[in-house]
Amino acid sequence: MNLPVIIKFVIDLLAVLLLALGIKGLSKVKSARDANRLAAFAMSLSVVGLLSYYLGTSGIGIQSWIWIIIGSIIGSFFGAILAKKVPMTSMPETVALFNGCGGMSSLLVALGVAIFPISGGQENFDFFKSLINEVSISVSIFVGAITFTGSIVAMAKLQGWLSTPGWTQSKVRHFVNIVFAVASLIAFFDLINGNISSIWLLVVVSSLLGIGVTLPIGGADMPVVISLLNSYSGIAAAAAGFVVDSQLLIVAGAMVGAAGLILTQVMCKGMNRSLVSVLFGGSLSAQSTASSGSGEYTNITSCSVEECALTLEAANKVIIVPGYGLAVAQAQHTLREVTKKLEQNGIEVVYAIHPVAGRMPGHMNVLLAEADVPYEQLKEMDVVNPDFPATDVVLVLGANDVVNPQAKNDSSSPLYGMPVLDVQEARTVFVIKRGMSAGYSGIKNDLFDLPNTSMVFGDAKKVLNDLIGELKDLGVGEK
Amino acid sequence: MSFISLLWVLLLGSLLGLELIGKVPPTLHTPLMSGANAISGITMLAALTLIVKAEGNVPLLIIGSVSLGFALFNVVGGFFVTDRMLAMFSRKTSNKK
Repeated sequence: MNLPVIIKFVIDLLAVLLLALGIKGLSKVKSARDANRLAAFAMSLSVVGLLSYYLGTSGIGIQSWIWIIIGSIIGSFFGAILAKKVPMTSMPETVALFNGCGGMSSLLVALGVAIFPISGGQENFDFFKSLINEVSISVSIFVGAITFTGSIVAMAKLQGWLSTPGWTQSKVRHFVNIVFAVASLIAFFDLINGNISSIWLLVVVSSLLGIGVTLPIGGADMPVVISLLNSYSGIAAAAAGFVVDSQLLIVAGAMVGAAGLILTQVMCKGMNRSLVSVLFGGSLSAQSTASSGSGEYTNITSCSVEECALTLEAANKVIIVPGYGLAVAQAQHTLREVTKKLEQNGIEVVYAIHPVAGRMPGHMNVLLAEADVPYEQLKEMDVVNPDFPATDVVLVLGANDVVNPQAKNDSSSPLYGMPVLDVQEARTVFVIKRGMSAGYSGIKNDLFDLPNTSMVFGDAKKVLNDLIGELKDLGVGEK
Repeated sequence: MSFISLLWVLLLGSLLGLELIGKVPPTLHTPLMSGANAISGITMLAALTLIVKAEGNVPLLIIGSVSLGFALFNVVGGFFVTDRMLAMFSRKTSNKK
């Protein structure tokens, strides 16, 4: 081994170690931020390692430098801009977009290598020599394309640019997707037989497969899909690693792929959905309209903001249940002001965070952290559930399905078995809501009919602002 | 590197990934997903390799460059956005002290 090879070997080894430490550190609150930077550093290190290796061996031509610089500047610029500008509420769709682009990158590398067998260079870069290369190119293209189109569809659905077309809820979609899958297989075998032009067929049908699989999935299940696609982009990177013969790529890709799978599993558990039913079951709301037709409310109590303020003032312990609706209304800062006032009055306030509150596990924590809510006040579901019977007031803000007692009591409900917050155990429950529309799952919420539940109708932000005014009039938090 | 040893690398890398994410508090799921997502942009190394090997072949240089752009969009954006999320948590803890 000559010197550049040794140097690259050492740098790669170091980069893998740092990446592993980075992922590990990301799983603890204290070390997470440093770990993220460590991972970023490891990535830059790996680039330095690769470039110095080529400088020391074959050299890097001027043309190559130009195109490296063009690609780097444009990609980094737009990535940084988007990352700085995007609102925290749109985090899931942003991750989906980034992820899709990672898949696209792997696809392009494989495509480039396949259609332009490169001559020259120190190593023999004739990739179509062996079956292994053809397989890894196919896998890279197949997974990369699914990651790309799937992520774009997921993003578009979360942004509300795409709705769920009716036909995708019928059995037809399985037939269509099977056709795409079979066509991908045919293209794959044709490619191995030496027909390079069928690579285009592979690109097209695997892209269509990505769309066909993602499109029928309902918005509530989208985080699981994004997590799964995140895992796929790792697999695509590992496949690209086989294409260009890089151990670093294979290790990093495999780590992300495996970690993504674990995260996907965790999310499914939190939503009481199996991965199979998420992927093949279609949208949850489409199933539920048929099964729970008994959706008439009989005993709704509505109350004014003033009554709500009076009850809050008299309380000792208040639990806030925030949902995505709160974040959409941009009301988390206003909420924080309300709770500050209550705390100043000696009222104990905690936030009950359902595992899938927001649009992704942990999304709500990020949104509340943005509003300066102390980390210690955020309680996880299992921790907070025993506290509800000893709680005076529960404020439900923009959450719906995660507080539906049906999940515990009604075995015919599609929600049955999903872990929920037992808010109905509290003395009084206020649900702040625009109207009586159903939650994401489209299912009636039995909580609203209970005698200890009162509805405060209105936009979350407006209600909270009014609440601040009422509390002021009552002299709460003036001391 | 022989194919077999690359398969070993794949296997061990996967096992490492499974082990690393054992017990993560739900709070960190979103940042973790976002950070892992940024790491999957490691495919930028493949794009770089392609560009270096493609000297003189303009269509391939362009494909490599576009691929590099997509990958860096993923990497740079991913790390920045993760940092933005995590900054909110660390601000809380530092305020306490």
